[in-house]
Amino acid sequence: MALHIKNGRLIDPASGRDAVGDVFVADGRIVESLKGKAERTVDAKGLVVAPGFIDLSVRLREPGQEYKATLESEMTAAVAGGVTSLACPPDTDPPLDEPGLVDMLRRRAKSLSRARVYPVGALTVKLEGKSLTEMGQLADAGCVAFSQANAPLADTQVLWRALQYAATFGYPVWLRAEDVWLAKGGVAHDGEVATRLGLPGIPPFAETVALGTILELVRATGARVHLCRLSSAGAVEMVRRAKAEGLPVTCDVGIHHVHLCDIDIGYFDSQCRLEPPLRSQRDRDALARALAEGVVDCMCSDHTPVDEDRKHLPFAEAEPGATGLELLLPLALKWGAAHKLGLPATLARITSEPAKILGVASGRIAAGAPGDLAIFDPQAPVRIAPESLKSQGKNTPFLGYELAGRVRYTVVAGNVVYEG
Amino acid sequence: MNNPQLNANGELQHLLSIEGLPREILTQILDTAESFAGVTEREVKKVPLLRGKSVFNLFFEPSTRTRTTFEIAAKRLSADVINLNIAISSQTKGESLLDTVANLSAMQADIFVVRHASSGAPFLIARHVKPHEHVVNAGDGRHAHPTQGLLDLFTIRHYKKDFSKLTVAIVGDILHSRVARSLIHGLTTLGAPEVRVIGPQTLLPAGVEALGVRVFHDMREGLRGADVVVMLRLQNERMGGALLPSAQEFNKHYGLSADKLSLAKADAIVMHPGPMNRGVEIDSSVADGPHSVILPQVTFGIAVRMAVMSIVAGN
Repeated sequence: MALHIKNGRLIDPASGRDAVGDVFVADGRIVESLKGKAERTVDAKGLVVAPGFIDLSVRLREPGQEYKATLESEMTAAVAGGVTSLACPPDTDPPLDEPGLVDMLRRRAKSLSRARVYPVGALTVKLEGKSLTEMGQLADAGCVAFSQANAPLADTQVLWRALQYAATFGYPVWLRAEDVWLAKGGVAHDGEVATRLGLPGIPPFAETVALGTILELVRATGARVHLCRLSSAGAVEMVRRAKAEGLPVTCDVGIHHVHLCDIDIGYFDSQCRLEPPLRSQRDRDALARALAEGVVDCMCSDHTPVDEDRKHLPFAEAEPGATGLELLLPLALKWGAAHKLGLPATLARITSEPAKILGVASGRIAAGAPGDLAIFDPQAPVRIAPESLKSQGKNTPFLGYELAGRVRYTVVAGNVVYEG
Repeated sequence: MNNPQLNANGELQHLLSIEGLPREILTQILDTAESFAGVTEREVKKVPLLRGKSVFNLFFEPSTRTRTTFEIAAKRLSADVINLNIAISSQTKGESLLDTVANLSAMQADIFVVRHASSGAPFLIARHVKPHEHVVNAGDGRHAHPTQGLLDLFTIRHYKKDFSKLTVAIVGDILHSRVARSLIHGLTTLGAPEVRVIGPQTLLPAGVEALGVRVFHDMREGLRGADVVVMLRLQNERMGGALLPSAQEFNKHYGLSADKLSLAKADAIVMHPGPMNRGVEIDSSVADGPHSVILPQVTFGIAVRMAVMSIVAGN
């Protein structure tokens, strides 16, 4: 399929290019010009043409949790949000700890021919934190990294061995830093809000204590570690120093944690029940700033569809998580505008930067790169409402918000997979 | 954000927490309770204010005292009272909280009195009941126990008349205490100039100073010059873990003995929400001594709960 996108404002964050022009895609890749006639022409006048977005944490809920979401519904949500590549964490049911499961997931995703799915394999069998998975076979099946998702890994001996083993073969390990014991029983940031509401707290040092352990093990093993969903100002400073030291670490932040804080829980709003918890305003501001400075590499939606029944519960009993795929662009734009960043710098956090972490060639508009594009109107309003979300998960703290940034076309491998 | 307890006219629709209630409403409840205190002493202990109304006691967590005083209060207001011990009924069959409430609502409830182990559960219920139905929080997790807070305020006002010069010391397990949180909000709203919390670091929640209290770890220092001493119940399950080494050691540092009490003002009153652990947080000589107003608290609790139910149902 030969595709011609004309008159758009082309933004390629990787090169900093920002100019009106045309893009051509042939045989699934971006090309300088088309040899023959375009089979389809899209007029992108007044719209931004950017690389398709890359989201490092999307729970598709398959296999095992189809009552929360299905591959079908979430892949539709992905392209509606302009997301053309996504990494899915291994906390499915059963977890992605066997090559057969990974293979099946990739086949199912491929048959839907929407976004590209990059499975993250389980670091330990059943995510139990006891024995290592067959990382080599999982990598052959398509796993791009290994992770515990939100499952605890209390045994530091196992963590040490896992990092040694992964480092031996050069597999990246994605970890969320949270000390199991310090976080035990907690449901909200341990601060004034949790104290007022009588919610058991998770202190910020639950994150920094675990992060200290991880960084020390990175230093010892040389493993390449990506730190998922930082939540505290203290963690930001530790990562800043680790990067200055030259440790092979990268990190991301979720869309909620750069915009919201514990005060947003209000009167026990279970939409704000998230993992990690929303922390203080100071933490939120530090995260948003660190993302602008590049200490935090990228932003992800941490898409976690939860069914209504599991949200309609008292705060502590509600299942953590929020839907996010369709909010990634508007919330990235909102963050970028708040920090007076131009569109190229803003979009880098959801295109070229996560592409580096994922180790893929997409995330840029350059000849030879995969023909994945998001074409959007950065000013068009979007109202976040259950009926407008394609995701099966209607749970988000942003319900009722009016945000800016509407995706008009999503292109994967040169095929227009979404028009809105 | 709209206060979920108040209706469009700013009147009390539900009683969920003392926090966020204006001084006028707290005073209205205390004054109304004052007028009901007399009913308790009459031969016919009933007023017809809630005749024909149904009060559902929904206790998702066991309770004897609070449930009983709510029941007595509702009956004195001539309401029909239905007690449901949910802990051993539908919840164990897997019915959700909101389904349980919807079912009871279909049985024509007017007031739900709710106790739940999860902080915020009554807020969730209040968001889903019909406009004519009212929710009264009878204790949710660690969050709030507003009728206990109100009866504590009533007791303090009864003995001390004026809040504006008082020093109130609250002692013990503040971390897990909904009673402490409700009382603190009530005292700061009614203008008590000095509210102290006394306990070890392990039993004080993070940033508790933000509630408007002074923190003391040394009980003797904290009791000095106090007009009111509120002892909190120390749950047995807090013992022997990482929070406290033993009941004996807690008693040594934070138990109220006659000796420690002598540091408070000579006319200080001693309160306790019950049930007491004698010899742990309070010595018998104090609990039964001249400063103790622990039993009057229970009596006042009935008048306060009558006031709350009659006010919400009247709005």
